[in-house]
Amino acid sequence: MKTATLQRLLQARADKEPVALVTDLNTGLQTLVFADRVEGGFGLPESHLDAVRDRIRDDHSGLIEDEDEDGGSGVRLFVQVHNPPLRLILVGAVHIAQPLAPMAALLGYGVTVVDPRGAFASESRFPGVALDTRWPDEALSALAIDARTAVVTLTHDAKLDDPALLVALRSPAFYVGALGSTRTHAKRLDRLRVQGLREREMARLHAPVGLDIGAVSPAEIALSVLAEITAVRRNGRILLERG
Amino acid sequence: MSVSGSTDDVLETAARWRGAGRKVAVATVIATWGSSPRPVGSQLAVDEDGAMAGSVSGGCIEGAVVHEAQKVMADGEPRLLSFGVSDEMAWEVGLACGGKVQVYVEAVE
Repeated sequence: MKTATLQRLLQARADKEPVALVTDLNTGLQTLVFADRVEGGFGLPESHLDAVRDRIRDDHSGLIEDEDEDGGSGVRLFVQVHNPPLRLILVGAVHIAQPLAPMAALLGYGVTVVDPRGAFASESRFPGVALDTRWPDEALSALAIDARTAVVTLTHDAKLDDPALLVALRSPAFYVGALGSTRTHAKRLDRLRVQGLREREMARLHAPVGLDIGAVSPAEIALSVLAEITAVRRNGRILLERG
Repeated sequence: MSVSGSTDDVLETAARWRGAGRKVAVATVIATWGSSPRPVGSQLAVDEDGAMAGSVSGGCIEGAVVHEAQKVMADGEPRLLSFGVSDEMAWEVGLACGGKVQVYVEAVE
């Protein structure tokens, strides 16, 4: 790998720009493929370029192989996808969010905590964490939720959680969860229905949030939430009722 | 939060080592078959003194990869390595490997 290519790759990552490093395993030449352009050592035919961009979209590094005309081994490209980090947006700078934010960061998430209540969303309670003190619906709209974003509401307060859920459940977020008991959740669904959410949209909501691991402490609840988000993200099979 | 457990730190480390004038090679898992402890795209950076960052397995093949990486750093030629660890062998050395893995090793230059 040329140092210049490595530097360009690290720059793209710092800019949070999706990019793939494509290595021709037969020649060792390398090219960077972005959404709108190609920079580097060799050109790619349109069909391979499409395959590389599919891999970027699917966040899936791997080989692209073509047999040559004689059925022998032809082109062999390795595509390494570098997507911006996954994001986790926490609504509610509450006690549970305090262990949840650093634990999610360890799992590779860029974490933002949204809470208009300054007494909760303070640097001293969340050192080094991005804090957003706008009203949740305004903050979530501005944060441009995409398919690499998870949203979890934690406030137990309908006037903060509901506006966030109205935005999140209509967004491409891959996971939306809400803290609160089953009874709280039934009331929440009634309110969201009145506000115009469709059943299909509400069915996306994970509530009560997290895997049922008997979590009690804030850190344990954070663990159960992150376990569930991981299971959804990785299509994990959740084994329950083992007795 | 600057904490991150992803591959990306490996490349940053490689760039930093290179910037300090050290010889550096990067190994990348490009294909796996069966059970393998680290997925495709996992990376290991190695410097001329054998310092390592990241991983390409649960520890089963790092030694061999570091050995090959020294050759790659010496002649600049990338190498494609294949490792297949039989289950019996894995038991013998007490490792959890059992699959096959292909690793591409290249110098940063």
